[in-house]
Amino acid sequence: MTDTTSVSEIPVTTETARELGLTDAEFDLVCGKLGRIPTYTELGIYSVMWSEHCSYKNSILQLKTLPRSGGRMLVAAGEENAGVIDVGQGYGVAFKIESHNHPSAVEPFQGAATGVGGILRDIFTMGARPIAALNSLRFGEPDTERTRYLVKGIVHGIGHYGNCFGVPTVGGEIYFDRCYTDNPLVNAMAVGVLRADRMASAIALGKGNPVFIMGSSTGRDGIHGASLLASREFDSLTENMRPTVQVGDPFSEKLLLEASLELIDAGVVVGMQDMGAAGICCSTAEMSAKGNMGMRIDLDQVPLREAGMSAYEIMLSESQERMLVVVEKGMEAQAAEVCAKWDVPFVQIGEVTDDGHVHVSRYGKVVANIPAQSLVLGGDAPVYIREQKKPEYLELTTRPVDHGPTLHEKDCTEILKKLLASPTIASKRWVYEQYDSQVGDNTVIRTGGDAAVLRIKELPGTAVAVTTDCNSRFVYLNPYRGAMAAVAEAARNCVCVGAEPVAITNCLNFGNPYDPEVYYQFAEAIRGMGDMCRALNTPVTGGNVSFHNESQQHAVFPTPTIGMLGLIDDVTTVIGNSFTSANEHIILVGWQRSELGGSEYLKTIKGRITGEAPYIDADEEVRLQRAVLAAIRMGYVTAAHDCAEGGLLVTLVEMTIGKGLGATVNIPFDHHAGHVFGEAQSRIILSVPESSRVALLQILSTNDVPHTMLGTTGGTQLVIDGLLQQSVSDLRDIYENALPIIMAN
Amino acid sequence: MKIGVVTFPGSNCDADARYGATVTGNEAVQLWHKDETLPIDVDVIILPGGFSYGDYLRTGAIARFSPIMNEVIRFANDGGLVLGICNGFQILCESGLLPGALIRNENLRFVCKDVHLRVENSATPFTCAVKLGTMLRVPVAHGEGRYTAPQETIDRIEANGQVVYRYASPTGETTADSNPNGSMNNIAGIMNERGNVMGLMPHPERACEPLLGSADGVSVFASLALHVAHSILI
Repeated sequence: MTDTTSVSEIPVTTETARELGLTDAEFDLVCGKLGRIPTYTELGIYSVMWSEHCSYKNSILQLKTLPRSGGRMLVAAGEENAGVIDVGQGYGVAFKIESHNHPSAVEPFQGAATGVGGILRDIFTMGARPIAALNSLRFGEPDTERTRYLVKGIVHGIGHYGNCFGVPTVGGEIYFDRCYTDNPLVNAMAVGVLRADRMASAIALGKGNPVFIMGSSTGRDGIHGASLLASREFDSLTENMRPTVQVGDPFSEKLLLEASLELIDAGVVVGMQDMGAAGICCSTAEMSAKGNMGMRIDLDQVPLREAGMSAYEIMLSESQERMLVVVEKGMEAQAAEVCAKWDVPFVQIGEVTDDGHVHVSRYGKVVANIPAQSLVLGGDAPVYIREQKKPEYLELTTRPVDHGPTLHEKDCTEILKKLLASPTIASKRWVYEQYDSQVGDNTVIRTGGDAAVLRIKELPGTAVAVTTDCNSRFVYLNPYRGAMAAVAEAARNCVCVGAEPVAITNCLNFGNPYDPEVYYQFAEAIRGMGDMCRALNTPVTGGNVSFHNESQQHAVFPTPTIGMLGLIDDVTTVIGNSFTSANEHIILVGWQRSELGGSEYLKTIKGRITGEAPYIDADEEVRLQRAVLAAIRMGYVTAAHDCAEGGLLVTLVEMTIGKGLGATVNIPFDHHAGHVFGEAQSRIILSVPESSRVALLQILSTNDVPHTMLGTTGGTQLVIDGLLQQSVSDLRDIYENALPIIMAN
Repeated sequence: MKIGVVTFPGSNCDADARYGATVTGNEAVQLWHKDETLPIDVDVIILPGGFSYGDYLRTGAIARFSPIMNEVIRFANDGGLVLGICNGFQILCESGLLPGALIRNENLRFVCKDVHLRVENSATPFTCAVKLGTMLRVPVAHGEGRYTAPQETIDRIEANGQVVYRYASPTGETTADSNPNGSMNNIAGIMNERGNVMGLMPHPERACEPLLGSADGVSVFASLALHVAHSILI
């Protein structure tokens, strides 16, 4: 093919390549693959396909060290749009988490909304009906107007999209820290149910099969969202990049969902992929490469929002609510009928070929002719080993911190109240009541518990638990340990509702990978994640990498968000995290250690983020979770809550607040801050009726897990000997009112 | 009892309404917005929750022009039982089957939570299985649920007993705190003068099993079934 150069709209040089984000070496590589200078359209295609967002070029070698297979996985990690876990009787659960950080920073409402839309498409493009959405969010301190604007816009965007589409938003987490001021994190997770024998694949097969574009028309929005916006740090120019943010339409997506599932059910679909990052470009290349086929695409057939769009713009547009569908030849009419029923546009734009090339024409002329394999991860996309260097800040931060002062009732009460009102710990009701958490009639435990629980209607008795977790302060202070803790906490949260943790999806938010100190954080976090996933037997089913989360030379805390899926065989055994009955034993299970490193106490009371991340031992964690899960499934426990931010006292307060049932507690350790407010790992507080006490203690001792009897439930006060005497309703008011007051400013 | 549930483009509680109908022992069928006839044997029609046509113009404003709405209006005028839930309530107001309008929540935010409803009239096809003053815990999920009408309309529907449910505290007081959206007179659900068409913002179909937190929504389906059974006897 040489005639491609003749229609190149803009001359291509090394300069042009640099403007599109390709390095000189990468440009040379492109010329080598093609045996000629690429056209401008081709250059655009390479620039997005070889961006970190699509190619994982700087991360894939690390990601491959993670455990990526396991008994319940129905597709290998990275093979499809989302991971799928076998839940029995021919059903699977698809789930995945993905970032939309940079768009949300530039345009919070649309950025967050389209993040939700994108992850939902990843789920239903496989034939799964979404049953839940979660969101893991990070913001700067809410004491600035800009941060409150971001919180309001992002929460509104998430709610708007999910509520209208009709998926319950059931969980997630929100942390506030100065490091996220310019670069908030928006990680959206979705979960869906499919029939394994009807799972759709993102593949092009069968020479001559027609290729359709389905859904919305293509406009000029989102061009270079993946390659430019998501692949650079924030600076004074970022504001100008608002046009790279897509605009979402949840109503169209709802119709697209119904039409997609009906097409798959009708058996007319060979392969299907949603158009997210890099639009037509990415979907044609990846589907072709996966099937070892090619595609001939005529851009003149693509429904456009504006006349006169160039081939380059059409290929790179990230207009939302679109799918690329390969249909079995001869079944076009049947497919068209389904789409007509749902009023979803459905237009043939090409066909599958067997030459392995993505061949694109516009105005009757060839504008791109590229070997599909040369574009994709696992094909010829570049793969880099990046330099690592232990960050200098770790020398300062990891100096040991002491146990803190010995606390008495007056100072303890004051500290507790401050912690309960800190935005990271305070109730997130202001946020989650803006999300429809129940549509679908499956939500057993919604936002506010340790993990959300959704029953699976198709499998009576069966339910899944879902949660997202990452304390990024711990990862910042010790990337290896912090990532271990993130996986362990996610699993612990599943266990606390009575679910067996089975697999994770991850969203890896880091700074610039070309900075050796950032890359050290990344590599160490992957190592910790892998070790804990292996210990817990929870493989990584897929996920997303988001680099370049930086502004003014400061990277955000390394934030490897974990989305965990847990399984429940008997939904009647599910428990929550609030005390439910008086006169029950309150038992601390696990290893009580005095540790203040990275705690909310140090941050809120002392204004410092320092110390060593809490100790964590994979073997202890496994034993703890095994024992507690067994006890819950046997029905010995009425409430369980993971000990996390704010430590022992905050955990106890949270357990009393839910139902307004108080407790009388004695903490039989030294009353220094490290014990009272420290955030030691591998601890769960249980409420256990006397009739189950002996059986529970037997399970703990069989698993060699220590315990401490803390006290008894009952009354309307939380009384902690020598430390606290407060009415539960007063504590609840502080906990519940903090965020509304902040957001009203 | 056979319940027809209309699916508009953008309805997203239609499957839930069919599920709620089924799980309470009834038969449910999907009715399509483009249909120009109704099945002859449906006893009740539900207009479900969701965002019909994206609610981009005004909630329910476009859905009311769907072909099936002509049939729903005819069915209602013939005395057929019609229940509008959330977006369905909005559509009933837009189509003139119910008085008043539902505007943006007072605090301008979407709200999803459990609310407590006080049954204000138990002599209706939708509430005949419960006693007057019964408290029900049922979730709401809406951005535009603030019931509003001219004062004379409010006075009239109050006088006629057309207010079926009111937002109240768990102990039954109609306080401002218990009103999730700023509705006039804490109104959560109303019916027409004839008593065969009701709209409410809360979602009884989401509260039909203890597993999901409340089974108080069953009262609506049970009342309808009771009413329909008696109608047949007559």
